[in-house]
Amino acid sequence: MNLLDIENLSLTIGDTPILRNVELSVAPGEVMGLVGESGSGKSMTALTVMQLLPHAARATGRVTFDGIDILAATEDQMCALRGDDIGMVFQEPMTALNPVKTIGEQVAEGIRWHTKASRAEAEDRARKMLDRVGLPSAKFPMSRYPHELSGGQRQRVVIAIACALKPKLLIADEPTTALDVVLQAQILDLLRDLVAESRMGLLLISHDLAVVTEMADRITILRHGEVMEAGDTARTLSEQTHPYTRQLAQASMHVPARARPHGIETGRPLLQVEGATRDYPGRLASLFKRAPTIRAVDHVSLSMTPGQSVALVGRSGCGKSTLARMILALDQPSSGTIRFHGETITGKSEAELKPARRDMQVVFQDPYGSFDPRQKVEKLVAEPLHVLEKKPTRAERREMVAHALHEVGLGVSDMDKYPHEFSGGQRQRLSIARAIITRPKLVVADEPVSALDVSIRAQILDLFAELNQKLGIAYLFITHDLTVARAITDEVLVMHEGKIVERGRTSEVLDHPQSEAAKALVTAAPDLHRAIAQRMQEQG
Amino acid sequence: MTAYLLKRLAIALATLVLASMVVFAVLEILPGDPARLMLGMNASADQVELLRNQMGLNAPLAWRYLHWVGGLLSLDFGRSYTYSVPVIDLVRERLAVSLPLALIALALSTIIAIPVGLFSASRRGRAGDTISMGAAQLGVAVPNFWFALMLIYVFAVWLRLVPAGGFPGWSAGIWPALKSLLLPAVALALPQAAILARVTRSALIEVLNEDYIRTARAKGLPYRAVLWRHALRNAMIPVLTILGLQFAFLLAGTIIIENVFYLPGLGRLVFQAITQRDLIVVESVVMLLVAAVIAVNLLVDLSYAVVDPRLRSRQ
Repeated sequence: MNLLDIENLSLTIGDTPILRNVELSVAPGEVMGLVGESGSGKSMTALTVMQLLPHAARATGRVTFDGIDILAATEDQMCALRGDDIGMVFQEPMTALNPVKTIGEQVAEGIRWHTKASRAEAEDRARKMLDRVGLPSAKFPMSRYPHELSGGQRQRVVIAIACALKPKLLIADEPTTALDVVLQAQILDLLRDLVAESRMGLLLISHDLAVVTEMADRITILRHGEVMEAGDTARTLSEQTHPYTRQLAQASMHVPARARPHGIETGRPLLQVEGATRDYPGRLASLFKRAPTIRAVDHVSLSMTPGQSVALVGRSGCGKSTLARMILALDQPSSGTIRFHGETITGKSEAELKPARRDMQVVFQDPYGSFDPRQKVEKLVAEPLHVLEKKPTRAERREMVAHALHEVGLGVSDMDKYPHEFSGGQRQRLSIARAIITRPKLVVADEPVSALDVSIRAQILDLFAELNQKLGIAYLFITHDLTVARAITDEVLVMHEGKIVERGRTSEVLDHPQSEAAKALVTAAPDLHRAIAQRMQEQG
Repeated sequence: MTAYLLKRLAIALATLVLASMVVFAVLEILPGDPARLMLGMNASADQVELLRNQMGLNAPLAWRYLHWVGGLLSLDFGRSYTYSVPVIDLVRERLAVSLPLALIALALSTIIAIPVGLFSASRRGRAGDTISMGAAQLGVAVPNFWFALMLIYVFAVWLRLVPAGGFPGWSAGIWPALKSLLLPAVALALPQAAILARVTRSALIEVLNEDYIRTARAKGLPYRAVLWRHALRNAMIPVLTILGLQFAFLLAGTIIIENVFYLPGLGRLVFQAITQRDLIVVESVVMLLVAAVIAVNLLVDLSYAVVDPRLRSRQ
């Protein structure tokens, strides 16, 4: 018998239809993968099972968990189920824990609530659970607060809360999306072990086809609130009979077409970084004592030629972004020099930096957060023009914005719109338009596609490739996603604890990593081809 | 934690010293000679000069400042020009009214505001929320002297439960004294409670949208438990800030209510001292209030750290 049965589930919030006739089931000990792009209704399906929907939501159909009719259950019945028989893990571990309560309290709370155990008993069980998820008492006493833990550690605490009472069903909604690949692999391993240990059913929700293929026995593909295809993971993904399944799989593995990159052999380097180091003073431990200095970037040297596309890969916190900030002259190295076009840019005043600023631009990860919502596109895209030698007239400015929009595939009429009128992918196009409007020689892109859905991501990667070919812009891609590095860069630099530990041609480094750090990244990175092959073997 | 505490303490002390200089300097440059004021318009120049010497008004500025600060530290605030009694006695007498009044009003305001804020936030956008926030809006808008008059009319004149005004003194017994403070405290608490309820509501609404609230609900806690155990403490920081400001206001900004109820409080003392140019009293009471405000702010800062562990480990 199935543990969870969703039959003919439809959901509306206000007048907006969210789900239509969704069918899904999870058996004990089974991993069901629920895949879809943003807005497809994955999370709403999970929240329906938990009955944690927004007030205005109306669900029809049938949801049965362990013989209980969820849609007809009272709030008291649901409270008894939540956290006891059904656990849930969320996407964003940095904010999923209450900042003013210790991790011990937060794990023990659910245990006390459901079992009426004494405080001591509950804390004892909480301690065992924290040990189980990989937070041993020696390093992680119960009295730790969430802000004293890293993202991966916090996600372990959230899993401990969800699994503290050995639930029959665990719902994990994008549990690893906010983590780097190495942490992702660890958390997925932990979930897999927990499923095997107690024959727990797992509903794993993700936008990442590779992750789901690695984990799930069966898979359900959701689009615009409707199930497109469902079935055994191996068969569904190897046959790819449904066009949408095929489209998702192809987009996940998309590699933009690029001819030979520009000017790789031409002599004069565009960017030279020599021995760049950045120290941060340690925090004040007491009034007179300071914790030791933190070295975020440690004697990094690199060089880029015009038109070259380079990936800077590494785990979160390895110093990638600090290095990028120094290259963009937004931060000063503690020692070492950075030269752009042969000119030293370290220790220069803003006025002296103006020519360099014109030739280097940046694209950030979050297309939502990097625009002022009250300004029109024309003004937003024209922002970098103030570094030009001669201030353009209003007509010239419109002309330049129109041209930049055209180059990123947007229309002239978009100039008078506001950012909220664009989708995530279009907004990322806007930030690329803003970056190329000054005709820069170098664009630094910090995780430029990691917030985007796979099909949009493929389009944006194509755009980057096209602009590289057409305008000869050199890229420094900062990413922890090796698929992106593989898709669009010629060379890769692997960074670990502030140092560059490996460098070389992208395909060589990613196929035959030499350093420990690079090997860890490559093994942990989910890969759809590999995952399908492995599934085929297991499921015959 | 120790570093945080020491830093806050150092800032508080520095503020106090700076404030004392400002208070002293401002009163020093105000026109009007206290000696002449005490002796009256008919006194001769010699008599005024003699009194100025006696009062130390002719000594150098720095010396007088240090002398004054020394006096403050040993609780010797000098003598009032108009009442001819030690200022400390005046202040002590008035504080016996103002401090309990402020504390009762603050307690009332908190007791009313927090549950109303919780109620409103948990029913956001529904009828209960609209009604209680409408009431809060009214509470802010109604002038407190008018509300005070209504209270007197209902509870003192009509129901005869409490006196309409005056203060019998604590020597008359605790209950009679408390009874005469009750109406003024309610009149003071109402607008404060209305403001505090609005702040509590908006802080809670922000917190209720946080991810950890969803985590707590996914644990199986009922909504009410989530509200009290998880949301309230996280919403406390803005609430504490407002509470600190309100206490400072309640201690000295209550002159209108003191007048309505004929209460011998600090507000009326300062008002009389200013109109009579009794600068020593003004100086002392202002310094006292400055010290009280700084102490309350220090307390608020420390309570932040109690509420939020992140502040304990950060500077």
